[in-house]
Amino acid sequence: MITRIIVRKNQYRDSVFLMVVNQQVMKFPGIGEIAIMMGTDNNKDLMMKAGFDSPDMQAATPNDMTICIRAESAEHIEKAIQEIDKLLVKKRRPDEKTDTYKTLDAVMRERPETNFAVISVPGQFAAREARKALNYGLNVLLFSDNVTIEEEIELKNLANRLDRIVMGPDCGTAIINYVGLAFANVVNPGSIGVVAATGTGLQEVVGIIDRLGEGITQAIGTGGRDLSDRVQGISMKKGIDILEEDPATKVIVIISKPPGLQTAADILKKISTCSKKTIVNFIGADPAAVIAAGAIPAKTLEEASLKAVATLRDDVYTAKDFQLSDREVTGLIQKEKKRMQPAQKYVRGLYSGGALCDEALAIMGEQLGGIFSNIPLQPHLKIENLSHGFRHSCIDLGDDYFTQGKPHPMIYPDVRNRYIMSEVENAEVAVLLLDIVLGYGAHIDMAGALSKSIISAKSLAEARGGYLSVVASVCGTQKDPQNFGEQVIKLKQCGVVVMPTNAQAARLAAYICQ
Amino acid sequence: MDNKDHPNKKVGPFFGERLVVANIGIQPFYEDMKKQNVTVFQIDWEPPAGGERELVDILDKLI
Repeated sequence: MITRIIVRKNQYRDSVFLMVVNQQVMKFPGIGEIAIMMGTDNNKDLMMKAGFDSPDMQAATPNDMTICIRAESAEHIEKAIQEIDKLLVKKRRPDEKTDTYKTLDAVMRERPETNFAVISVPGQFAAREARKALNYGLNVLLFSDNVTIEEEIELKNLANRLDRIVMGPDCGTAIINYVGLAFANVVNPGSIGVVAATGTGLQEVVGIIDRLGEGITQAIGTGGRDLSDRVQGISMKKGIDILEEDPATKVIVIISKPPGLQTAADILKKISTCSKKTIVNFIGADPAAVIAAGAIPAKTLEEASLKAVATLRDDVYTAKDFQLSDREVTGLIQKEKKRMQPAQKYVRGLYSGGALCDEALAIMGEQLGGIFSNIPLQPHLKIENLSHGFRHSCIDLGDDYFTQGKPHPMIYPDVRNRYIMSEVENAEVAVLLLDIVLGYGAHIDMAGALSKSIISAKSLAEARGGYLSVVASVCGTQKDPQNFGEQVIKLKQCGVVVMPTNAQAARLAAYICQ
Repeated sequence: MDNKDHPNKKVGPFFGERLVVANIGIQPFYEDMKKQNVTVFQIDWEPPAGGERELVDILDKLI
């Protein structure tokens, strides 16, 4: 193999653009490894870990493009570089010329009515852009990660002083004034407001609410660190205030992974003064504390959504494991189990959404005992070797471990396809559990993209006299850019059991293993 | 769903009557907002001061 490292000075392209180029050139014959990245410190570390290093690369700045290629011959490298050069040419749509500016200052000079900024620049520059936007009076969705916690606290305190909100950092989704921002679903307008410290948690809740026939006023993301005891829930508190004062919002839902203890208490104290009914899904929270604050506790994302709709409609909420009847569920379980070999006993969740993985861990943990994971609910359940699952496990393939410098599984299916094929090699695996997340930004046909490996995996299991059950849910709405109904049909055509929510998919997967 | 009027839609005061967005970063976000008929501007962002951190700090002090 021959290695070549090229640094193109002052040639900036954003990370998504480069990822697309990377993915295309990677498939070329003779290419062993390729990394096309801007010269940020983070990226240079990643390239070094991949075995690329040179003095030019070390000297590269965040404005310099670094192209690292490992290939069978110099000719293969030349061909790849020619293709990269073609792909690097920026193509603009006709209206983009009038919409494009070099800086935020230029926008604010010419279009002072601008009131919102969506920021997705490399982390080391993101706080600076957010600070500028806030000082211009804009609200901010800060999609970028690798922003320090000190910067986060400073930005959120600044936002508070200016009566603005920072959603983020690392905020992947929001729906503001009925507009989907970043990775967002298209939902009905309605009367339920959501504040969430988790991206796919927000998506699952708004999706279920929409599919039940209700709608959303605002779905505000806070970023995953907001409810830590260092950040103290600054954006969550602001989000609650916004919804409390919003005349259109009648019911509030708040969602988070386990908050810091003091922050949880502060948030509950704030909710106790709210006039609007509030449903609280804090993973691991004590329901008694939520009730004492005058709020409604929810154990799962599904329950939070169902309780929000019931509260809005003044209906009595009745907990049910499944929308299907007991008879239908029993029939399903028997059908999935009947062709399995006795050795088949484990569930392997392969998730693109962290909060959906969390929900599955919690639900299946109650039915099956501790579930192993790279994001386990308890430290002793951590999987060390992430090349495959372990006993009953759910892997969050969207975790940083898998996505540093690599595409997210919500956008690219390759990693998940590899795991599907690798899990079926283990004759003890009974069920694969998947999430298919729709919305702006997500893959346009994830069901189609996974179907070949699902069908192959099922055939492999059958060839050795067993049966691989695949259970999934689709997180999204009928109005999403992907065709929700078609996604469900494509999955079913591969023999996937599609359940109405992630919670029900997890419950069913656990029953099949019992 | 887009910013056009909808029978269920009442926009609260905090975020303003309609969003007018500056997209600072990746182009797909700009494109997706355009699909939703949002007034959005794309900032062709590049690292300030050629990405040199010390120069950025000096630049900020000067502004």
